[in-house]
Amino acid sequence: MSSLPRGDASAEAAPDGHQELMTLLGAWALAACTPAEYERVETHLGTCAPCAAEAARLGGAATLLEPPRGLDMEPGLRERVLAGCLARRPATRPVPEWAAPLDAEAARLDALLDDMAEHEWDTRIVLRCGEDGGRPGTATTAGGVLGHLFMLDASLARLTGLPDPPAPRGADTGAGARGPWRELVRALVRVAADREGEGDDGPLPDAYRECAFACWTHARDIADAVDYPYAPPHGPHLRQFVDLVARRLPGSVARRRRSGLAQSPTRLAPAGEPGRALHLEVEGAGGGDWFIPVDAPDAAVSGAWDGTPVARVALEDVVFCQLAAGRVPPDEAPSGEHGDRLVIRDVLSAAAGLSRL
Amino acid sequence: MAHLTPPQWDRDIRRRLEHGDAAALSELYDRFATLAHGIAQRILDGDERAAGDVTGEVFARLWERPSAFDPARGPLRTWIAAETHRLAVAALREGAGPGTPDETAARVRAASTAARADYIVGSMPAPLHDALRLTRFGRHDCRETARRLGITEAETHRRLRLGLQLLSSASRYDPDAADGTDR
Repeated sequence: MSSLPRGDASAEAAPDGHQELMTLLGAWALAACTPAEYERVETHLGTCAPCAAEAARLGGAATLLEPPRGLDMEPGLRERVLAGCLARRPATRPVPEWAAPLDAEAARLDALLDDMAEHEWDTRIVLRCGEDGGRPGTATTAGGVLGHLFMLDASLARLTGLPDPPAPRGADTGAGARGPWRELVRALVRVAADREGEGDDGPLPDAYRECAFACWTHARDIADAVDYPYAPPHGPHLRQFVDLVARRLPGSVARRRRSGLAQSPTRLAPAGEPGRALHLEVEGAGGGDWFIPVDAPDAAVSGAWDGTPVARVALEDVVFCQLAAGRVPPDEAPSGEHGDRLVIRDVLSAAAGLSRL
Repeated sequence: MAHLTPPQWDRDIRRRLEHGDAAALSELYDRFATLAHGIAQRILDGDERAAGDVTGEVFARLWERPSAFDPARGPLRTWIAAETHRLAVAALREGAGPGTPDETAARVRAASTAARADYIVGSMPAPLHDALRLTRFGRHDCRETARRLGITEAETHRRLRLGLQLLSSASRYDPDAADGTDR
């Protein structure tokens, strides 16, 4: 290792300012001195062999500096690497399938935060709609968004029986909100392994999916505000989000009907009969077919239907999730519609209504 | 960017990996993927697919055999950097393409130096790292860097010089020696 700039014994207090000029060599190599300093260093290098040698060495070192490139990693590498590892040695304590989306979405958001420049933490983030009972235009910053996610995750932590996490100091602490939030999600993923036998559709698995969904939605808000690209979630995770939303639709349709917001005429399904259904056709890696009962709030959403659906609507997986997050309005969401328009309207509005819950 | 991994963290994660804890595998990946991928990408000259494969191989080896890392012999960060370096150089030699053995050796040497430099920058103390980052990538002069860091210009000069001195050791690094000894 080279000697430290302090304590060089050679040529102390030399008349030509060797000692002072030597300390400037790093700044000189990075072209960060003032023009006057630059000129004095250049002149000195012509007469001082040790400084000239060091200048050449530091100049070479400066060319090795490359900006960090965290976001350059191909999207999906994390899932590819983790799956590759687990194929070679299966886990004794697996992360349950329903906790994997939260694990992955938190990692993606964290990578985005890692790449954000200091000033980008001050960027105004407008939560477009859906938040705050649908009032558009609530402005915050990345720190405020993290504070919000922290609160959601803390509620989930109470559900799992984790001790109350230490809250980040202040309501909007900028980058300081990052560490506590990240630690909390790690604890949530770890504790999920203890609940592996929970089944797939219980309240706890769905609460994990909701937190993951919120993490993705808000990560997009941040990424849009600072103008970073943000890829969609891993296909199987996206499919869990779509499925979660689809399963919530009959309840949301019924709530809107009770509030007098439904456009299609009310038809009570006779007891034991499923009534009408809408065929929801979601395209993309997270896609599939779901049949949404519209007359019975408690009827199960399923992937098959005995009768003829009264309507069919096609949407992209990401768009469907954005609709449910209040980021895309119902009229702009579908890529194709057939059948009963009023039922379609009701179901799409019911999806948008989920963002206000 | 993480600068130091506490030895306790290294030991805990190794124990959890040994127990087959998949959450530990996630934490390991999230902590070191950028490091490993950055080294692999620099050595493999931006070959995205190959860099991803090397990154995957590093984590798979540690997951399959956590005892391959011995905390008594140095930090996990160093182990991952060295293992990535070794695998990436091997991948580069394998897919070296046309060129004489001398040309291939020169490419391997240049790539190794570059990757080593990234590693040094990533693990140098934060005050040096921040001064270099602001000056080089922020394109600030010393006055502005000093203002942003809340230090004197003289201290900025000192940090820039010391940072570059550390970095200059990257080119004195022999990739062939690293194959087995840089642990």
